[in-house]
Order: sequence, then structure tokens, then C-alpha cells
Amino acid sequence: MLTVKGLSKTYDAKGRRVEAIGDVSFDVADGEFVCVVGPSGCGKTTLLRCIAGLLPPTSGEIVVEGRKVDGPPDGLAVVFQEYGRSLFPWLRVRDNVDLPLRAAGMGKAKRRELVTEALDAVGLADAHAAYPWQLSGGMQQRVAIARAIAYQPRVLLMDEPFAAVDAQTRADLEDLIRSVWQRLGVTLLFVTHDIDESVYLGQRVVMLSSSPTTVAEDLAIDLPAARDQLATRSDPRFTELRGQVYAQIQKAKQERT
Amino acid sequence: MIKRILLAVTMPVVLLAVWWFASAGSTDFYFPPLRRILETFPETWFGPRMVDDVLPSLARLAIGYAAALCVGIALGMLIGANRTLRAVVEPLLEFLRAVPPPVLVPILMLMAGIGDLMKVLVIVSGCLWPILLNTVEGVRAVDEVLTDTCRSYRIRGRLRVWHLMVRSASPQIVAGARQALSIGIILMVISEMFAASSGIGFTVIQFKDGFRIPQMWSGVLLLGLLGVLLALLFRLVERRVLGWYHGIRAVQKER
Ligand SMILES: Nc1ncnc2c1ncn2[C@@H]1O[C@H](COP(=O)(O)OP(=O)(O)O)[C@@H](O)[C@H]1O
Ligand SMILES: [Mg+2]
Repeated sequence: MLTVKGLSKTYDAKGRRVEAIGDVSFDVADGEFVCVVGPSGCGKTTLLRCIAGLLPPTSGEIVVEGRKVDGPPDGLAVVFQEYGRSLFPWLRVRDNVDLPLRAAGMGKAKRRELVTEALDAVGLADAHAAYPWQLSGGMQQRVAIARAIAYQPRVLLMDEPFAAVDAQTRADLEDLIRSVWQRLGVTLLFVTHDIDESVYLGQRVVMLSSSPTTVAEDLAIDLPAARDQLATRSDPRFTELRGQVYAQIQKAKQERT
Repeated sequence: MIKRILLAVTMPVVLLAVWWFASAGSTDFYFPPLRRILETFPETWFGPRMVDDVLPSLARLAIGYAAALCVGIALGMLIGANRTLRAVVEPLLEFLRAVPPPVLVPILMLMAGIGDLMKVLVIVSGCLWPILLNTVEGVRAVDEVLTDTCRSYRIRGRLRVWHLMVRSASPQIVAGARQALSIGIILMVISEMFAASSGIGFTVIQFKDGFRIPQMWSGVLLLGLLGVLLALLFRLVERRVLGWYHGIRAVQKER
């Protein structure tokens, strides 16, 4: 269980105050897949970094698995928006995936098994020995995802992971994430600015207003669990939900101005 | 590759040829023909002097350089990672770096005598600064996404120091180490010219005082050759250590 309660965050850098998050509260149940959608610059990354314990909130609190967050919580993994920069360029793909496991003091055989499994799962079985910078953006993103999978987190945070990849890769990665979520049963918080993506992927969509951010609406996505790029996206219910999210975000925008 | 090697050796070959022909008929005592210098080269350096002078020089250089690397990288990590410490020591470091190391020779002679220790210390005192200051810069520039990654995935202690700090800073560290190497060679020779009983610098001065001019020139030639060899060795090590870095740059150039 993940709880965000009355969270606000104001950046105060060199005399310029930016109220990035006004007042945000929501819950994510164990094993739930929740998408957070909001316009660029509305504080999605800020929210995620607060939940990950990488950034202290100005006020409010975050509880992950019953414990108040005041540093990176146990069993929580992050896939960063700048995935390319989050990989170690001097380590081969398999060593990148392996490093957190080594840091956790895990045995060699177990580590090798987890790394192989994770790279298989993201379709990089033959890229073990490559360096990250030898791969395309989409493949680098898969490495970052494989690293998160191998880490076996109970909570997984993803920050606009597919913003910079082409449409086909994006569709593949979306389905990959859904299958990973179904298989591992992790609690997944997925941040995106793409309305279609948020409706297609999750069980719930939390919509944020623009900065200073509040929760504009919290909408359950009652689409069938088995999703398919073609069938789901042409489902009338999908179109309806998408319309709702779109309208809500437009409304939140207008209220501000 | 072959083309690059050919291009690289063209200039030295041309210069040597010019030297050879320009000095061929020289009767000037202080500028003997290159042919004479080359003739004396093997007998001068490949005899007992190899063990008595060349190797001790190189050993002192190796020890001093290695010590400067260890101390420079370790201190650089500490200073680079700690903002308060950096604010306190940075002006001092800039001052110390501005002091020309040969000036320290007399002082170090007073403190450490005229033995090997003094010579090694002279080399350390010159090599340390470029390594230290570059390491500080490198550690300061560590990517914050990578820092966050280490925090999130609980990469700590030894693994963190190595993979986040040392490897991140390695392009700058290598740049500092390259500057330090040429400084080290210069200081190796200078430290032997003041008070010494062995070493290449010492031997060259002896030849000069004994008016054995071709031998003196051959010492100059030997130092040049050593410089080239060490630079090549450095390139080899760099290619291993910074393979990833050059790889990224090559990929970026293609795009
Ligand atoms: N380190 C920071 N210092 C000052 N302002 C920041 C910082 N990081 C983000 N901001 C500001 O906070 C707001 C929200 O940023 P961010 O969380 O990155 O939004 P998003 O991820 O939704 O695009 C933006 O206006 C941004 O300029
Ligand atoms: Mg963002």
C-alpha cells in the first residue's frame, strides 16, 4: 500500500520560488496499477521523486508499505525519465542489471539467474554483452526496465518511460509492462503525459492539474484485464474513458487561467 | 590505422633527417653530427648505465607517479564530494598548484635529504596537482540521475565509490594523469640535476661537465625516446580504461 497525504513541494532555488505541487493526496492499493497523468511541467517527476524518497516534501507525508518515507524505501524501484543517463555507460548491459543485486549481497548463481530472466523478459536475451550506448533508445529503456524487474521490487515507479521512443516500440513496451505487472504482482505507479497511454495501461488514472498541482480527478478504468493494442483501443468504452480524462484535464487547465 | 601511424611518424622522421643532414659536416664541438651521437648511443646507455642510471630514474618516476595518482584520486574524491571541504581548501589548492615544483627542490632537500626520497617527493609534488584538481572537477560533475539511481537501488559503499565516483570522473582523472606524466618526466630529470649520484639527469650533467658532448646529446635523445614510449604506454592504458568514453563519443559523432 502506498499513500500520498497532503503532499506539497515548493522549490526554492536562488530566490526563485516554484510551487511545483500544491496539495496532492491519493492511495494505491497493493498490486494495483495506477497511472498518473498530467501536462508537462505539472510536477509529475517531483511527485515521483518524493515518493521514491529522493526529495523531501515541503509538507505532507508519504507512506509506503506502512512506513513513512524519509529516504529511499526498501523494495521500491524507479525507472527514471532520463533512462539513458540512469545506466552506467562503463558497464555492459548485464552488469548494469546486476549491480543493484551485487550491492544487495546476493549470491552469484542467484544473480545470474535473475539477470538472465529479466533480460529475457524484456527481449534483450542477445544484448547481454553490449554497452548501453551501443543500443537504441528503446533498447536502453528495456535495460532500465530489466534492471527494475531483476531487483524484484514490491513497488515500482516509472516516470514517463516511453516519452522518447517511437510509436511501435512504445506499443511493444506498453504491453511488456502490463505483462510484467501481471506476472510479478507489483504495485505500479506509472507517470505519463499521454492520455491514451494512461487509459490503456492502468486500472486507475489519477489526473493532475497544472502547477501548483492538485488531483483533478481519480478515475477507475473498467476495461477488461486482457488488453490488446488494437481491440482495446477501438473499444467504445476506451474512447469514452479517454474522452473523460481529456475533458477533465482541459477543465483543470481552464480553471487555472 | 596504418595511415594514421604513417602520418604520426612523418614529422619525427623529417626532423631527424633535417638534423642528420644539417649536422653531417659539423665541426662545431658543441653540435656534433647526429651520426656521432647515434654511434655513441648504444655503448653509452645499453651497458652498465642501464642498471645504474636509467632504471633507478624510471623506478623513482614510477613510484612518485603512482603515489601522486593514489593520493590525488583519493583526496580529489573527498574534496569533490564534500561542498564545505571544497570551499575551504580550493583557494589553497590553486595556490599550491601555481608554485612551480622545481622551486620546491631546495626545500625538499632540506627536509628529506638528497636521497631517493627527496627525488620521489619532488615528482609527487609536481604530479599531484593536475590529478587532484581534475578529480575534484570530475566528481563534481557526476550525473545526478546516476546519483539518484545509486540511492534508489541502494548501491553503497565500495561499489558506489567505484562505479559512481571513480568511473564517472575517470575521463577527467585520465586528463589530469596525462598532464602529470609529462610533468613527472621533467621533474625526474630536474631532481637528479641538483644532488644525485645516479640517474639519467645526473649522467647528462656529468657528460656536460666532462665535455663528452656526443654522449650528452645521446642522453637528450634517450629522454625524448622515453617520453614517447611512456606516452604510448599511457595511450594503451587509456584505451582500456576509457573505452566506454571514446565509444560514446564515436556514437555521438555518427548521429
Ligand atoms: N530542482 C528544481 N529546482 C527548481 N524548480 C524545479 C526543479 N525541478 C523541477 N522544478 C520545477 O517544478 C515544476 C515541475 O517539474 P517536474 O516535476 O519536472 O514536472 P513534470 O515531470 O510533470 O514535467 C516545473 O515548473 C519545474 O520547472
Ligand atoms: Mg518529468
